[in-house]
Amino acid sequence: MDAEPNSEEQMPKSGAMADLRYSLHLMSRNKLVLVGSVLATGSILVALLAHVLVPASATVDDRALRICWNNPLINWNIPSVNVCPPPVRPLGTDAYGRNLLQMIILAVPLDLSIALEIVASAVVIGIVLGSVAGYAGGILDEAILRITDIFFAVPGILLAIVLMTVLGRTIPNLTLAVLISWWPLYVRLIRSQVLSEKERPYVEALRAMGAGRMRILFRHIVPNSIYPLIVQATLDIGSVILTVSTLVFLGFAPSTIATGQTPELGSLTSQGAQYLFSAPWLIIFPGLAILIISLGFNLLGDGLRDVFDPRLRR
Amino acid sequence: MTVRSEAQKEREGAAVLEVRDLRVSFHTYLGEVKALDGVDFDLRRGEVLGLVGESGCGKTVTALAIGGLLSDNARVEGGQVLLEGKDLLKETKEELRQTRLREVSFVFQDPMTFINPVLSVGSQIAEVLESDRVFQDELVEYRLDELAREESKGDLTRAQAEERQALEGLGRGKKLSKKVLKRLAESRALDYMRTVKLPDPERVFKMYPFELSGGMRQRVMIAMALVRRPKVLLADEITTALDVTVQAQVLKLLAELRGKIDASVILITHDLGVVSEICDRVVVMYAGNVVEVADIDELFANPLHPYTQGLLASIPRPDVHAEEMKSISGSVPNLIFPPSGCRFHPRCPKRFDRCPGVKPPLVEVKPGHKVACLLY
Repeated sequence: MDAEPNSEEQMPKSGAMADLRYSLHLMSRNKLVLVGSVLATGSILVALLAHVLVPASATVDDRALRICWNNPLINWNIPSVNVCPPPVRPLGTDAYGRNLLQMIILAVPLDLSIALEIVASAVVIGIVLGSVAGYAGGILDEAILRITDIFFAVPGILLAIVLMTVLGRTIPNLTLAVLISWWPLYVRLIRSQVLSEKERPYVEALRAMGAGRMRILFRHIVPNSIYPLIVQATLDIGSVILTVSTLVFLGFAPSTIATGQTPELGSLTSQGAQYLFSAPWLIIFPGLAILIISLGFNLLGDGLRDVFDPRLRR
Repeated sequence: MTVRSEAQKEREGAAVLEVRDLRVSFHTYLGEVKALDGVDFDLRRGEVLGLVGESGCGKTVTALAIGGLLSDNARVEGGQVLLEGKDLLKETKEELRQTRLREVSFVFQDPMTFINPVLSVGSQIAEVLESDRVFQDELVEYRLDELAREESKGDLTRAQAEERQALEGLGRGKKLSKKVLKRLAESRALDYMRTVKLPDPERVFKMYPFELSGGMRQRVMIAMALVRRPKVLLADEITTALDVTVQAQVLKLLAELRGKIDASVILITHDLGVVSEICDRVVVMYAGNVVEVADIDELFANPLHPYTQGLLASIPRPDVHAEEMKSISGSVPNLIFPPSGCRFHPRCPKRFDRCPGVKPPLVEVKPGHKVACLLY
């Protein structure tokens, strides 16, 4: 090797591993972020393992009900024959006499997958429309922005309610309804990033190199503009779960969810609302599950912001 | 008309790039900035041509105009840029892109900001080759040559022999798989990283720009520019952002590369020291005009234009004790309302009555030495 020996060529130990380790170090510095990542990873694990944790035959829990019925020790003013309080089953049983903990576990994959679908689609739409708008500028930019403005102007929940009413109450429609009010934010976000990124000198260098426009935009500019989007997406997973639950709580749910056949956190909560004073655990625990999942992803998002912030990084 | 010897013609070689009477103006709110007003020079095959002048004299605009990279408010008012006879100013955007991809490369001033920060440097060098199928045949030939060299040194390994068979069996124009193309591009990228003397290229290949020093980044940029084997390399102030030791290393590298690459180089700089080190010929520009063109020795020994004389006189010299540093009085003219006639006349110590009225043509006063001044 005929490298010139000199002080100029000093290299730090490096590579993807070191990078990852440093990122983890940045995240672990903040206790709240650590809590957030544990909660988020935990809920993803629960979602993946839901059908292992809960037997497929999880229906009405007869044994629990038998213990509860006419038992003078625990039967205090239970409003429905099916409801059993917590000590009998870890979180009690719901209004259908099913183990509430099992129902919550079964609800997590549904809620989480809806949230992920919505956020992922919003991110993709945002990247495509936002980056094209930002990079092309001119009429295309104006057109895309005005269309986003229209969707921005209508309140999200209202739009979702209208859509569900018109299209019918199914899970794909629910996803679509929330998505429609969710994507404009991402378009705005990535457009502003691309606008500042496209003026950077390396883009000029790429043009000078004869790189095509698509390649410059999607291979070079977008990866440089995507960090705020990742943070926003993580933050939004919590908010989307809340919105979906709100819609279901308000009664805009597919029939399987409304009748309680498919457990969903929002519907569990709304059913529990009927027994707010006599059986408060029915609303507390599903509500708590929503809180924990959204909190987890929110804190994780905060942590990612720290990791991606170049000023903290270097 | 002077008769030139065969040797001189041989030395001068044919022009790769001819810039003829190039006029560019920028349209701004304040008015039309006549940035280039008839720029005229040749770049001969294999030479390093220095393009010298103050800030704002149009050096960079000339380079950008050659590559078709002028900003939207710029307009080429006239002239020709002939790359081996083909006029780049008449090309469509797509043709120009292909030209930049294959024939004209740029290296920019600041290596800190001209490389994408989120991709590894190796993949960025290789990407240029992968990005377009136009390099495919070339890559295959390159790899076959490499294998042939290996063979002459000793026997090929089985894998290498199989690879050669596969590559030879490939008809021209038949598409390589993405994976093979990527591997070929990467091996050539590594080769060029060795050419520009990056230490430990295998490791640097996977590193990110922020992990490299300024000098190494400049080497990466040079590798990126050379890996496509361009005919013309436009180096725009490549040493300006580097400190003096690194500057010297980069210049040394350029000098060493001259024998290895077939590109002709236009070195844009305001540093006459840099010019004197590696250039063969110099084009001196002032306010959008070419004022003097000469061989490097001739220019330093016998500067004709008053501006060139001023420039050379203002180089600080440790052996001459002067009370005050010499400089050219006045400042760069406003190019929205450029001075009439010779644009240098308001600052010229030798001006006379004809200067404000007549624009001096670029005349050849000696073989290979042209000057635009009414004195000659």
